[in-house]
Amino acid sequence: MTVSELVSASGFDVQCAPCPEKEISGVYIGDLLSWVMGKASQGDLWLTIMSNVNVVAVASLADVSAIVLTEGVVLGSDVISVANSKGINVITTNLSTYEAALKISGIIQ
Amino acid sequence: MSENLTFRFNVEGDDFTSAGQASVQVKKNLRQLGLDSEIIRRVSIAMYEGEINMVIHAGGGTAEVNVCEDYIEIILEDHGPGIKDIEQAMQAGYSTAPDSIRSLGFGAGMGLPNMKKNSDTMTVESTVGVGTRIVMRIMYKEGCV
Ligand SMILES: Nc1ncnc2c1ncn2[C@@H]1O[C@H](COP(=O)(O)OP(=O)(O)OP(=O)(O)O)[C@@H](O)[C@H]1O
Ligand SMILES: [Mg+2]
Repeated sequence: MTVSELVSASGFDVQCAPCPEKEISGVYIGDLLSWVMGKASQGDLWLTIMSNVNVVAVASLADVSAIVLTEGVVLGSDVISVANSKGINVITTNLSTYEAALKISGIIQ
Repeated sequence: MSENLTFRFNVEGDDFTSAGQASVQVKKNLRQLGLDSEIIRRVSIAMYEGEINMVIHAGGGTAEVNVCEDYIEIILEDHGPGIKDIEQAMQAGYSTAPDSIRSLGFGAGMGLPNMKKNSDTMTVESTVGVGTRIVMRIMYKEGCV
């Protein structure tokens, strides 16, 4: 399933989607950046509440398919412009991380 | 490839808005060279953790990446405070990062373990009050040291 298909099926909001056709291979949840670096797999959706600019570098280097910000967190416009330039998709939802994960699980099986 | 290709970077200390830039650039360069994506990923993760450590713990430093025939070599050097007990620093979960840094998501104490995990060889030389030098190699194929 691609990021854009997940967005349609979930109703999550898109903050930026420079690469909507990226394939989703799984999900990783975490806010500690070096845990994410060490544990996330290529193509994972990354669920987090961290919103500083460093999430963009981590997403880029760990090759995640998209950052999914939960709990109503959004990235500032300066961070979004960096994400756009690095080809990082950013999705947001007001759901809790748990609820968002359940919803994603139901969509990607 | 008979000639090694080298990329060099200055890493600014305490600059968290551009932290990781050198690693992102290296990843881009390696992609252009058409290297295997798993190799690129390992280099990217290992280098990022080392780069961030220089930003957070050492007031900046330099990074050099050598693309060699059988491996990629990452050399990180700083003139920061040094690491007193390297074995302890290498342990998962050990961190001296202050709260201000932890609030950004750093400080899990997983950086050095990630560097170890993603490289085939890693040497850490450090002298308190002088600085730290880390050399990592990532082999293209197993057994080509
Ligand atoms: N270049 C360095 N100069 C001085 N001390 C360092 C350096 N790199 C690491 N350290 C020390 O080693 C500790 C462990 O490093 P490590 O990268 O594993 O964790 P961290 O940077 O604290 O947190 P994380 O990497 O998970 O965000 C650091 O907290 C710091 O005390
Ligand atoms: Mg670290």
